[in-house]
Amino acid sequence: MIAHYGYKDASGEYFIILDTEKCDGCGACVDACRWGVLEVGVDPNNPFHEEPIVLVTEEHRNKLKYSCAQCKPVSDRPPLPCVSACPNGALSHSW
Amino acid sequence: MITAGIDCGAKTVKVLILKDGRVIGKSLALAGFDTKAATEQSFNIALRGAGLSKNDIQRIVATGAGRLEAAFLAKEETTEVAADARGAIKLFPSARTVIDVGAEEGRAIKIDRNGKVVDFAVNEKCAAGAGAFMEAMSRALEVPLEELGELTLKSQRAVPMNAQCVVFAESEVVTLIHAKTPKEDISRAIHDAISDRIVSMVRRIGLERDVVLIGGVAKNIGFVNSLNRDLELEVKIPEEPEFVGALGAAILAAE
Amino acid sequence: MAQEVRTTGEYWRWTESRWNDPDIDWRKAKTITAGVDVGSVSSQAVIMVDGKIFATGNMRTGSSSPDSALNVTNWALEGTGMKIEDIHYTVGTGYGRVNVPFAQKAITEIACHARGANWIYGPTVRTLLDMGGQDCKAIHCDEKGKVINFLMNDKCAAGTGRGMEVFADLLAVPITKIGEVSFQIDEEPPAVNSTCVVFAKTEATGLLRAGWPKEKVIAAYCSAMAHRVAELLERIGVEKDFVITGGISKNIGVVKRLEKELGIETLKTDFDVQLAGAVGAALFAQALLKKHRSAA
Repeated sequence: MIAHYGYKDASGEYFIILDTEKCDGCGACVDACRWGVLEVGVDPNNPFHEEPIVLVTEEHRNKLKYSCAQCKPVSDRPPLPCVSACPNGALSHSW
Repeated sequence: MITAGIDCGAKTVKVLILKDGRVIGKSLALAGFDTKAATEQSFNIALRGAGLSKNDIQRIVATGAGRLEAAFLAKEETTEVAADARGAIKLFPSARTVIDVGAEEGRAIKIDRNGKVVDFAVNEKCAAGAGAFMEAMSRALEVPLEELGELTLKSQRAVPMNAQCVVFAESEVVTLIHAKTPKEDISRAIHDAISDRIVSMVRRIGLERDVVLIGGVAKNIGFVNSLNRDLELEVKIPEEPEFVGALGAAILAAE
Repeated sequence: MAQEVRTTGEYWRWTESRWNDPDIDWRKAKTITAGVDVGSVSSQAVIMVDGKIFATGNMRTGSSSPDSALNVTNWALEGTGMKIEDIHYTVGTGYGRVNVPFAQKAITEIACHARGANWIYGPTVRTLLDMGGQDCKAIHCDEKGKVINFLMNDKCAAGTGRGMEVFADLLAVPITKIGEVSFQIDEEPPAVNSTCVVFAKTEATGLLRAGWPKEKVIAAYCSAMAHRVAELLERIGVEKDFVITGGISKNIGVVKRLEKELGIETLKTDFDVQLAGAVGAALFAQALLKKHRSAA
C-alpha cells in the first residue's frame, strides 16, 4: 500500500509517502529525523498487517510544510535525512 | 533627485516620496476593492504633504502584489522582495535577515551588506501564514485587531492551537472560548502559531543577524514577543514598519 | 422491515435513521459483529449476523465519543431484542474510533471505507472519494476492497464541506441548494482562482461587486472545488469504477463538474452510503472474529 501522510493546501502539496510493502519498521528514518515527525507503530490502515511500520505522527501530519522546513533550505538542498536513512527506499516526499 | 515609491499591498497602499535620500512625504490608504483609486488618493495626499505636484517627481517605482494597478503612475516596477531588502538596509545597515508579514503573504529575505537579495522564502496563497490569519482570529475572539497583540501580555499560560487552517482555527477559538479559556491565553496561542510558521520559513533561508521585522504586523507586540522567543533574539523594528517596501521602491527609483 | 427516519433539517449531509431486518433470527447466529463509525458530525452503527446486515443506525454525534458509540448502537438494536453484550466482535472506526468502549479493535476510516464501498457497490470499485464536513479522503483500492493508495486531508478547509459552507453562508444560499443553483447560469464561468477559503471569499466578494450574479459565483466555486478534488485524486491514481461518498456526493454542482474534469462518471446506489465506513468495520470485525476463533 502507498500511504500519503500530509495534506494539500493553497500553497502546495506536502505529503510524506510511504510504501508499506517496502517498509520493514526498522526505524532508521525515525532516528534520522531530528524533529520527531516519524514514529514506528502498528498500521492503523491495515488491520491484517501486524508487524510494526513507520507512521507520520499525528502532531506533525498537518504541518509538514513547517516541520520539515529545516531539512529543506531554499538553496543548496542536501539529501533528506529520513529518505536517505531508509535502506529499502520506502520513503519519499512530494515537495 | 525626487522619487516616489508605491507599495500596493493586498490591504493597504503606501506611497513615499524621497528627496535626495530624505523622506518628504508619505501616505497610507486602505486598498478596498479599488486599488487604483486608493493609489491615486494616497499618491495625491503624499504629494500635498511634500508640497509638490506630480510633475516634480522624476521617477516612480511600484511594488506589492497589486503593483500593476499603479501602472497609470509608475512606469517601472520591482518585486516586494527587492523593495523590502533595499528599504531595510537603508534603515538598518546591520540587517542580514528581513521578515515581512503582509496581509496575504509572509516573506523572509536574506540580504548582504549592500542590501542585495541572497535568498528568500515566501508563504503565499494560504492565509494561515499571513496577516489574514490574525485578522480572522481577532474577529473570532471579538477583540479589535489593534488590541489583539497587547492582550498576550496578560497571558498566564500557553495553550496549544491545533488547527493549521484559518477556517478550522476560527472554530477552535470558539471552542476555546466556550471552554472558558481566558482570551489572553487564546491570543497568545494565536501569535505563537503564526510565529511558528514564520520562523520555519526563516530557517529555510538560514538565520543571520541582525533580523529586521517590517510590515504592519511589526506593530503587534504579541507577535513580536512570540517571534523573539522563537528566534531567541530581538528583532529590530523600524519606526514605521509598513512603509519599508515603499521606501525601498523610492530608493530603487533614485538609482 | 422496520424503518424509521428522523429528519433533523439541520445539515444536508445527514439524516437520523435506523433500520433492521426482522426476518433474521439472530439468536441462532454463529457470528454477530458490529462496525461503529464515530464521525465528527454523525455516527453510524452496522450490526451483521452471519455476514448479513441485521441492523443499522445513523445519529448525530454528541459531545462524548463513547456515549455517541453506545447511543447509535443501542438505537440500531432497539426493538430487536439484541443487546450490545450479544455482539461477538466490534470494530470502531472514524474520528472517535479509539473511543468506542465495547470495540475490540480500532481501524481507520481509510481501510473501512474501501472495504465498505467494495461491499456496497461491488468489486468493480477502484477509486473512492469521501468528502465530509471537515476532511477529504481519496482511496484507490483493488477488487477485494484492499487499499492500494490513499491520502487524507483534514488540514485545509478548501478540500472539505466546510469550505462550501463558508460560501453558502457568504451568498446566503442554503447548502442543500448549492448544487442546483450552480447550474442556473447561461455559461460556465472560469473557476475561482484562490484555493484558500479565506482568499476565495475575498475574491468572491470582489466578483459580486463587479456585478456577477450569485449563481455565477457559486458555479465558479463549485468548479474550483471540483478541480481541487481532481488534483487530489490524480495523486493516488483515478481508475474506473469511481464512487463518491460523504456530504459532497449530494452536491451535484461539484459532482457533475468533477465527473466532467476526470472524464469518468460515478457509480450510483440506493444504499445509504453514509454507512460505508460502518459496513467496512463490521466486515473487518467478522474477519477478525474468524481469525481469533481459529487461533483459539
